[in-house]
Amino acid sequence: MDWQALWLSGKLALVSVLILLPLALWLGRTLAYRQWFGKAWLEALIMVPLVLPPTVVGYYLLVGLGRDSWLGALLAQYLDIQLVFHFSGLVIASILINIPFAVQPIQRAFEAIPAEIRDAAACCGMSRWRIFWRVELPLAWPGILTAIVLSFSHVLGEFGVVLMMGGAIEGETKTLSIAIYDKVQAFDYDGAGMMSLLLVLFAMVTLAITSAMSRRVVRQ
Amino acid sequence: MSTAVTTPTGALQVRINQQRDIVLQAEFQCPAGELLAVVGPSGGGKTTLLRMIAGLAKPQQGDIRCGEQIWCNEQLCLTPQQRHLGYVPQHFGLFPHLNAEANVMAGLDHLPAAQRRQQAQDWLRRVNLEGFPDRLPHQLSGGQKQRVALARALARNPQVLLLDEPFSAVDRGTRERLYIELAQLKRQLNIPVIMVTHDINEAILLADKVALISQGKLLQQGPPLAVMAQPNDELVARHMGLRNIFSAEVVALENQQQLAWLQFGEQRIACANAGQLQLGMTVRWVIPNQGVRFSSISQGRLPRSFNKLSVTITSMLVMGDLVRVACSLAGVSEQLQAEVTVNLADKLGFHEGMVTDVALKSELIHLFDNAEL
Repeated sequence: MDWQALWLSGKLALVSVLILLPLALWLGRTLAYRQWFGKAWLEALIMVPLVLPPTVVGYYLLVGLGRDSWLGALLAQYLDIQLVFHFSGLVIASILINIPFAVQPIQRAFEAIPAEIRDAAACCGMSRWRIFWRVELPLAWPGILTAIVLSFSHVLGEFGVVLMMGGAIEGETKTLSIAIYDKVQAFDYDGAGMMSLLLVLFAMVTLAITSAMSRRVVRQ
Repeated sequence: MSTAVTTPTGALQVRINQQRDIVLQAEFQCPAGELLAVVGPSGGGKTTLLRMIAGLAKPQQGDIRCGEQIWCNEQLCLTPQQRHLGYVPQHFGLFPHLNAEANVMAGLDHLPAAQRRQQAQDWLRRVNLEGFPDRLPHQLSGGQKQRVALARALARNPQVLLLDEPFSAVDRGTRERLYIELAQLKRQLNIPVIMVTHDINEAILLADKVALISQGKLLQQGPPLAVMAQPNDELVARHMGLRNIFSAEVVALENQQQLAWLQFGEQRIACANAGQLQLGMTVRWVIPNQGVRFSSISQGRLPRSFNKLSVTITSMLVMGDLVRVACSLAGVSEQLQAEVTVNLADKLGFHEGMVTDVALKSELIHLFDNAEL
């Protein structure tokens, strides 16, 4: 078992989810309640990472954020930040690729709240912020939890985009799934098997939680 | 329910003129202490109108004010929060994760924390729900949910109470109990109450005034029985559930008595309160159900008060304790319809094909204006 890779994967998943969550809450709620011209295009854009191969996303990130890109050069020159082959780059990649996993369940959960409950809350004199905290958030909570669980487990198992963007630097970018690949390359099937089993168990638990939560959303 | 529940407020005045998207034109007012029922077919704009009064939708043009306070005009439009009103949506809009007491307390943020619980408990008691403060909405029956929603709306001491189809989601027995409770509550509340309903009988039972809205237009307003007795036109009559609309020819006039004699098929009927009519003109007329009588006409009444006609019963439809009787008349293509109690139908031995007499009360025959064909 590569404990360092496990720790790194856990850290990457946690940091990504913590940054992704407020973004997904804002985006999911906006998509659920607001109508504007071009909304369908934004929804399609959000879904793109679901259908694109992760290596393609990784390639564009590598090209777009590398030292040779204008953004990469700008970040390196003025802020001394290097994203490619660094943990921070993996965080950005994980966030981008997990946007649909986080936004979709949250959007559906907000949409599932009957409009008349929100209307009644407004007519009860509750401010918009108070309605969000006291009515919408508790009712959308199963969807939010689903988003957290899905994104966390997806980051934990991410391979293609991580390999493209971060390579396999010990303690920096070598996550659990990269470590499994490395073990197999080195014919250490026992080590790879142990880590794979861990990921399988984790996936099963998270999916069980997710489906239970989804049923609760449907019941509401 | 106890008395003296809210502080007096002013009348609600509404003038809406919206031409784009959803067309809506309406102008009415509802004084404090009165219940105005907005009636009309589904999709006619009733709920949109209520949402505009609540501040949940903004009219393109209009003026809504409550007493001295302007709620919406060309320059400003207050939010629902600023209007301080009570709103009961069609499916009650209860917060499913909060118990009954917390639901009522949710509308009381403007009060000091110590008063909120007391006020909520007080109102749950007033709507006969004192035993259920800890129940979640899904543990309550339809009627109980409705009471919690009403308590939540009224606990705020609102300036106006808005009810959107308040009885549509409860069973018939509960509905009838709630009618009585709302009628009692209305007397105690000194605020305008606006109730949207598609049920004309509900409006007749509870409302001081009805406003009939169809396809975004206010067709007629007034006391419910007055609108039933004197609908402006056939469309209003049909929306008010009046089925007996016929054509007839003016054959004699007794101008001093404001009486007109009409040729109705092969029979003649007298119509009181006739306006400016000319001999030979064709008129359209309507009679409400209470003007159609099958029971024997008491002796001594003027024959002009009741028009006795011979009819043949063509169909009978039992609806609970009422029977809808359809009858054909000689020389008339439309059928006369009336609702009588099952008891009366039995007593008179009604059956399909039976020839019987019916009396049409001449004072309740209403001629439509501009009805010349």
